[in-house]
Amino acid sequence: MASAVSAIFILDLKGKVLISRNYRGDIPMSAVEKFLPLVLEAEEDSQAPAPCFTDDGINYLYIRHNNLFLLAITRKNSNATTVMLFLHTIAEVLTEYFKELEEESIRDNFVIIYELLDEMMDFGYPQTTESKILQEYITQDAYKLEVQVRPPMAVTNAVSWRSEGIRYRKNEVFLDVVESVNLLVNANGNVLRSEILGAVKMKVFLSGMPELRLGLNDKVMFESTGRSPTKGKSIEMEDVKFHQCVRLSKFENDRTISFIPPDGEFDLMTYRLNTQVKPLIWVEALVENYTGSRVEYLIRARAQFKRRSSANNVEIHIPVPEDADSPKFRSGIGSVQYVPEKACVIWKIKQFQGGKEFSMRAHFGLPSVKNLEDADKKPPMSIKFEIPYFTTSGIQVRYLKIQERSGYAALPWVRYITQNGDYQMRMPDSIKASKMAPI
Amino acid sequence: MADFLRQNAGRFFANNKKGENAELLADLNSEYRDRRKDAVKRVIANMTVGKDVSSLFPQVVKNMQTEDLEMKKLVYLYLMNYAKSNPDLVILAVNTFVKDTDHVNPLIRALAIRTMGCIRVDKILDHICEPLRKCLQDDNPYVRKTAAIGVAKLWDLDQERALENGFVTVLQDLVSDSNPMVVANAVTALAEMQESSVSKDVFVVNVAIMNKMLAALNECTEWGQIAILTSLADYRPLDSKEAENVCERVIPRLQHANGSVVLSAIRVLMIFMRYIKSEDFIKGMIKKMSPPLVSLLASAPEVQYVSLRNINLILQKRPDILQNDVRVFFCKYNDPPYVKREKLEIIIKLCNDKNIEQILSELKEYASEVDVEFVRKAVRAIGRCAIMIDEASERCVNVLLDLINTKVNYVVQEAIIVIKDIFRKYPKRYEAIIPTLCQNLDSLDEPEAKGSLIWIIGEYAERIENADELIENFLETFLEENSQVQLQLLTATVKLFLKKPAQSQEIVHRVLQTATNEIDNPDTRDRAYVYWRLLSTDPQAAKAVVLSDKPPISVETRTISPALMDELINNISTLASVYHKPPKAFMGNRAFSADAVKTAAAADARDEEQIIGDAVLDASGAPAPKNVMTDLLDLDFGSSEPAYTSPPVSSSKPASNNGPNYSADLFDMSSDMSGSSSSVFGGMGGMGGMGGMQQQQTQHQQQAPPPARNDPFGDLGGLGGFGQPPQQQQQQPTKPTQSSAENDLLGLF
Repeated sequence: MASAVSAIFILDLKGKVLISRNYRGDIPMSAVEKFLPLVLEAEEDSQAPAPCFTDDGINYLYIRHNNLFLLAITRKNSNATTVMLFLHTIAEVLTEYFKELEEESIRDNFVIIYELLDEMMDFGYPQTTESKILQEYITQDAYKLEVQVRPPMAVTNAVSWRSEGIRYRKNEVFLDVVESVNLLVNANGNVLRSEILGAVKMKVFLSGMPELRLGLNDKVMFESTGRSPTKGKSIEMEDVKFHQCVRLSKFENDRTISFIPPDGEFDLMTYRLNTQVKPLIWVEALVENYTGSRVEYLIRARAQFKRRSSANNVEIHIPVPEDADSPKFRSGIGSVQYVPEKACVIWKIKQFQGGKEFSMRAHFGLPSVKNLEDADKKPPMSIKFEIPYFTTSGIQVRYLKIQERSGYAALPWVRYITQNGDYQMRMPDSIKASKMAPI
Repeated sequence: MADFLRQNAGRFFANNKKGENAELLADLNSEYRDRRKDAVKRVIANMTVGKDVSSLFPQVVKNMQTEDLEMKKLVYLYLMNYAKSNPDLVILAVNTFVKDTDHVNPLIRALAIRTMGCIRVDKILDHICEPLRKCLQDDNPYVRKTAAIGVAKLWDLDQERALENGFVTVLQDLVSDSNPMVVANAVTALAEMQESSVSKDVFVVNVAIMNKMLAALNECTEWGQIAILTSLADYRPLDSKEAENVCERVIPRLQHANGSVVLSAIRVLMIFMRYIKSEDFIKGMIKKMSPPLVSLLASAPEVQYVSLRNINLILQKRPDILQNDVRVFFCKYNDPPYVKREKLEIIIKLCNDKNIEQILSELKEYASEVDVEFVRKAVRAIGRCAIMIDEASERCVNVLLDLINTKVNYVVQEAIIVIKDIFRKYPKRYEAIIPTLCQNLDSLDEPEAKGSLIWIIGEYAERIENADELIENFLETFLEENSQVQLQLLTATVKLFLKKPAQSQEIVHRVLQTATNEIDNPDTRDRAYVYWRLLSTDPQAAKAVVLSDKPPISVETRTISPALMDELINNISTLASVYHKPPKAFMGNRAFSADAVKTAAAADARDEEQIIGDAVLDASGAPAPKNVMTDLLDLDFGSSEPAYTSPPVSSSKPASNNGPNYSADLFDMSSDMSGSSSSVFGGMGGMGGMGGMQQQQTQHQQQAPPPARNDPFGDLGGLGGFGQPPQQQQQQPTKPTQSSAENDLLGLF
């Protein structure tokens, strides 16, 4: 079950190859010419083309990134998940190198991209893909270096994500606990999906090879493993995932999170909560549609969290018909703005205190003739917000122990924030005021 | 700095005047280092845009000997691309390569050995073995891990040479290397070599190797972990206890952030589960596997797609997994279509009487979206729910009626198709909605929808007051219709006649006449002949055949046979698990694979979507197959494959006697036909299109996957021949091929 890929291509949307690397030479590179025609053909058959398919004994796996295709081809029964993730990793690494991965940055940096492709994959097998480590020995200005670059120890070390000899004048660690709420509510106000994706994000500015141990409140640590019987109003943490630096077997044994962190920013741990907590911000819409003349909206928003918290930078996006015109608004709080290019109204509330409720009215004119061909797309309302110092899961950092041979003291900083993820509420059917209800 | 680079780089591409190669040639030979480097960059730029710069080979290679790492890399890159077109000149580079593998800088040693392996030219092979041996023993792990892959490269070109030089043994030793990355690459290389080796003894995972791999697992990079987990899956535990131990050491991997590590771990768990006896342990594993599977849905859409295809598979193997998680599979409105499609499949698989309410309201929501294909699938899904869950059928029917009332053309048509299936499953339960269906008569333009409604009208002719008018209405365009619709009309008319003879004698006569005289499609024509004979010889028998009870239908959510399932579980996370096809179906022999893929794809598509649709439309009213799954084949003339199992009808003398040879039993129930192939259809002996038909049959039989279970059609009997109908055909039929009828001539209606 060798999972090697034969070649990797970056193409523009017209299917022109911008750069490519042939790793195994077992597929003629001309196979790429069939790629886009095959995708388009699948599209024509009105089946959405899948991101991997096979043709004439050759398998094509691809992802879209901005206006590019990243494509891998293989003759073997390759590990599709690996290939897809690897393609995404290429996109990430190149983005970190060039800020933006697009046609122009590829043309401008072809030399370094070849070097990276050579280093990240050998004979079709992924190798070193940590962008931080790669940047140590594959650099844009290599010729400036007096000393010749050598492979950093980290490339092959057990600690492949951190190099030795890092120095900071001030040793600091920033911990952000961020919880994103994914919510989907249907038109009748029933919650279809409510999950919270949490992440403990770290920014590490520490010298040397520090050993870190992170302690979280017991509740979280035990519940995540189902060790203690859950009682009362508890929240179950499902599926905790750790950055590769965390010693998983140690966590499995005694629940300690111990690790040597990479330098800079990374997600130490991510987790998911599947809960039926009250949606933090609840929005109700009432739509009256006088077809051919006007449409009116009444939007009510309620903050359903504790009074002492408040949500900042709340934005409620309400979709309106694409051909709506002459907007009029009235709202109890915040500002309202019509964004015709997105066919929506954005109601912005700088600060929304827990327990409060506000409403907003909007009024639009509609053209008297409606193009019937226009299928009624019904995008949902989406809501953005940030609630500082608040987590739904109740996760708390109890301690962060930092040990390094040189014995320096380091300052940890912790912040908590809850924000919207995919937070959507479907629009109710409008009340058709001008027509009789269908019999 | 960046700006400077940009200008610089832009320049490499800008220069495409004539005689550029000459200019490059001069610059490559320049005495100035910067100028030479600049020229090499331009050469690579030309290579990138697809221009042929192979003629510059000797000049570029001359620049290989340099202390400038960037320059060296560029020349190496050039070599990899053009060595094939200048095999004789490669020898110029060998010296520098060998020297570079002795360089003080490990980066250059590794680079040299890596590049040498990528130059797939015989000349290089003569010189690679010594440097490779040195690099495998290098002090620096970066060089060793690169050399490990180098062995696989050599193996790929010349297995003999790799064996003679003892590289296999060296690699096997590297599995015990102190460095995890070297272990991972040694495992990767060995696994690949094992696959292509003749003797299959390059890499056999035993207890000792397994323990070494498990030890390295904790420490290597994500990709290394995947390689190790993949090889681990090849190990076969000795007993249940050992399997449990391995699983326990693999389970922590489920917490890894890399989705491929997670799926590779799940593959190991699913395979080792087969050896574990303790039910409790298995239950615990299943419980631990669910959350990571759900988390995969938070990845990039392409990864989600691969994951969903795998979840689909795992669900069929272990229906107890993810039982309470159906909501996470609900579609987001901006999910890519390929993700939506897979989520829908999984939603149906997770459907049960507890969550049906939720699922129905979700499916109804999907049915009002704008993506037509997705809407159709959602409507079909509602039908599948109705058939799967008895208690929910009424709610499903109500939802479908709501959808029909939207009058959106494609929704209505799709709804009617699934309602036909619901009628099959629950006969006589929802007759009240027939008038609503008939209101939409005029909006139907797709053959399958039309056929479905006609079937319903025929089936319930006695309850529909104006059934004759409705049929009459359809008959106006009889000759223009698709053959599928024609067949349905034919049968519906006969049903109508049998149920209401007084009203429809004239209609049935007209239809049979038209069908036998004016239609060239042998199936339609032949069915008309059969009906005609049946009606004219023994109307009671006709009733027994045409109006008999139909066997129940069901929805099969498991679309994969157990044998294939095991193979696919062994391949979790690979392409095979995405296609739901065994690896050999899309690998190997090209000509074969292309064919096989098409066949498999065809079978697959039907498996998944048309399970109900195909077999159910039963035109003659005779019992249809018990298991709709087996109906894998449908010819282009329709999806109805009815067969007769009514008691043998002893045929009386045919009305017209000009074909005594053909006056065989109409329904010859030779029950020893079970030896027939999986093909469900047969030809009609002696009719015009016979030759073509047979050809078609053989083709289809070849493509037909071997039947997974006993063919329910096997004992349905063959239709040997039949009496000559009253109207003599213009073209005299050739002799019916009775011998082949023995084999595969089943009733085809």
